[in-house]
Amino acid sequence: MYRITKAEKLADKIYLMDVEAKRVAKSCLPGEFLIVRTDEHGERIPLTICDYDREAGKVTIVFQVVGASTAKMAKLQVGDAFADVTGPLGQPSEFVKEDIETLKKKKYLFVAGGVGTAPVYPQVKWMHEHGIDADVIVGAKNKDLVILEKEMAEVAGNLYVTTDDGSYGRHGMVTAVIEELAAAGHHYDVCVAIGPMIMMKFVCLLTKKLEIPTIVSMNPIMVDGTGMCGACRLTVGGEVKFACVDGPEFDGHLVDFDQAMKRQQMYKTEEGRAMLKLTEGETHHGGCGHCGGDQ
Amino acid sequence: MAAKIGRVPVAEQDPKVRATNFDEVCLGYTAEEAMMEASRCLNCKNPRCRQGCPVSIDIPAFIAQVKEGNFAKAAEIIGEASSLPAVCGRVCPQETQCEGVCVLGIKGEPVAIGKLERFVADWARENGIEPVMPKEKNGKKVAVIGAGPAGLTCAGDLAKMGYDVTIFEALHEPGGVLVYGIPEFRLPKETVVAHEVENVKKLGVKIETDVIIGKSVTIDQLMSEEGFEAVFIGSGAGLPKFMGIPGEQASGVFSANEFLTRNNLMKAFRDDYDTPIHRGKKVAVIGGGNVAMDAARTALRLGADTYIIYRRSEKELPARAEEVHHAKEEGVEFHLLTNPTEILVDDNGWVKGIRCIKMELGEPDASGRRRPVEIPGSEYEIELDTVIMALGTSPNPLISSTTEGLETNKWKCIVAEEANGATTKEGVFAGGDAVTGAATVILAMGAGKAAAAGIHEYLSNK
Repeated sequence: MYRITKAEKLADKIYLMDVEAKRVAKSCLPGEFLIVRTDEHGERIPLTICDYDREAGKVTIVFQVVGASTAKMAKLQVGDAFADVTGPLGQPSEFVKEDIETLKKKKYLFVAGGVGTAPVYPQVKWMHEHGIDADVIVGAKNKDLVILEKEMAEVAGNLYVTTDDGSYGRHGMVTAVIEELAAAGHHYDVCVAIGPMIMMKFVCLLTKKLEIPTIVSMNPIMVDGTGMCGACRLTVGGEVKFACVDGPEFDGHLVDFDQAMKRQQMYKTEEGRAMLKLTEGETHHGGCGHCGGDQ
Repeated sequence: MAAKIGRVPVAEQDPKVRATNFDEVCLGYTAEEAMMEASRCLNCKNPRCRQGCPVSIDIPAFIAQVKEGNFAKAAEIIGEASSLPAVCGRVCPQETQCEGVCVLGIKGEPVAIGKLERFVADWARENGIEPVMPKEKNGKKVAVIGAGPAGLTCAGDLAKMGYDVTIFEALHEPGGVLVYGIPEFRLPKETVVAHEVENVKKLGVKIETDVIIGKSVTIDQLMSEEGFEAVFIGSGAGLPKFMGIPGEQASGVFSANEFLTRNNLMKAFRDDYDTPIHRGKKVAVIGGGNVAMDAARTALRLGADTYIIYRRSEKELPARAEEVHHAKEEGVEFHLLTNPTEILVDDNGWVKGIRCIKMELGEPDASGRRRPVEIPGSEYEIELDTVIMALGTSPNPLISSTTEGLETNKWKCIVAEEANGATTKEGVFAGGDAVTGAATVILAMGAGKAAAAGIHEYLSNK
């Protein structure tokens, strides 16, 4: 059993949990992900690993409620357990394998959007633990959706927080901050951008112009997460890649974001139906005429 | 004379009815039918059927017991050679194995060995016959990677010899292709597969799910840190292949693995599961193997008009004749000698059709089959909303890339000796699709069996 030892609501629809998963905690590295299943009838949900405690055999996950399955997850409390936690999956971040002295000479800029702050955190923390200060931009829609700020501040070099509506930190998108930093003469060797696909797309358009090599972490639809189903395939530099075994991190300047975003919508109606069934239960008979629940 | 009666037909669900449900197609023999069919066996002195069986079941012996109504004894005889008889009785290609060499088949129809095996296994289950846990344990730990047909067989055999066996399974449920690949209507999951897995556990085999070897833990760690003296790799097939034609990344294009996994393992066809699945209205499945038939018949049951598109002719279809026959009966439309050239995509990135070209058979190619060649100017389009690619798989690199000293061949399959499963790494054995590339359940079982013997020999001499 994969017992939950901590459950916290970080922001509207964003939750953090510590879960007992010995094998994952023992072997995981920054950049990798895991898959959870809430119960016997649940979906397999891929999530990035936000933190890990090898001694205690625990991993920290952060997730956002986007559909029926994540809504079910959010209801779990301390003492409850997931039916399954498996991983780690995917390739670790490239810098983990790099020579530490070479790495120390490089200046990293991390760009985190919304719930994407969670997967960025272990990478910045890893850097910090290896004596490297990386700059971090955290962007969110508004003040209430800024997560892990305190944790991030403890491990980051310079931390820039920005909100779309200006309710906290700077006012504007993460791209505006990147432009500002570049204009102020900051030099970066590598940018790592993790967040909604649309954000990663626009960060990549900008960093291409600024000639900063950029790594993105893709989170497409997945089923098994081990390379078996091919649901997570995407085009990178004209080649078909599987996010689960080849990624999830890719050269952002080569990713076909438009195609990836279209593929992500594939189950939107199906997931929407499941969500309605969950929230409205027996009272939902498809009266809206849009969801097909009446058929 | 026994052979005078014809092969006893087996009851099946009516095609029109079964096309709308996921219940098993074949209903199996009754005891009377089984005994009558068993009476057709000539009990040959030199039983070719047994040589035709990859796990060497003593076929004439078990059939002789069925004939007399001694079903428990028959189950015991099968159990000596096979850990998964209810599975094999359903999904083995008997027509090319045991039944394919049956003497009765020369002039008439061979004995229905597969249906008899199924009857015996089902009877044993319904009558509570359980495998007996071996009394003597030798205390030696063996790790088996993958709880599919190869792994379950290898683990079962090793447990019977007294080994302390743990199976590591990447998915949340044991069974491998038996649970994610083969549909419910061919192989019921709860009654048949789960029960056979339970039987393997009753032999003392432990199964740890959610462990991805190569990621959660490596083979080297299993051997150096967790005390396993030998390892069997039965990790199965791997990454699905695609054609490389335009439009293949459109929404609505799935690998058969994804489509079948969502439906079989994740039970998307059932309302009480959360799994979303795209229920197409017009679905084309590309390919002609058993997986293509499974995907097509699943799409059909989910309510779609379903086509199979295959580039060679009916004769070359790699699927079992029975599966092709069932698919046709249920209403799957076959576009043979046809090859897709492009998937047509609408403005939202969804599939709207497929462009195909007609083919004709030319000279034989390396596989000995006549090579399909395009007929110029014969292109045509089919309107569709879903395309399922059932073109086979290429090996998963997770284990080979993380295990020091484990050699792979040019197709990235693990190199292992056929006779005993030994790989290039000491103490590590392998078998099934991870070695051969996509093949059948029974061949994987045969390899698991050979490797169990190989491991026993290795550990006995160590």
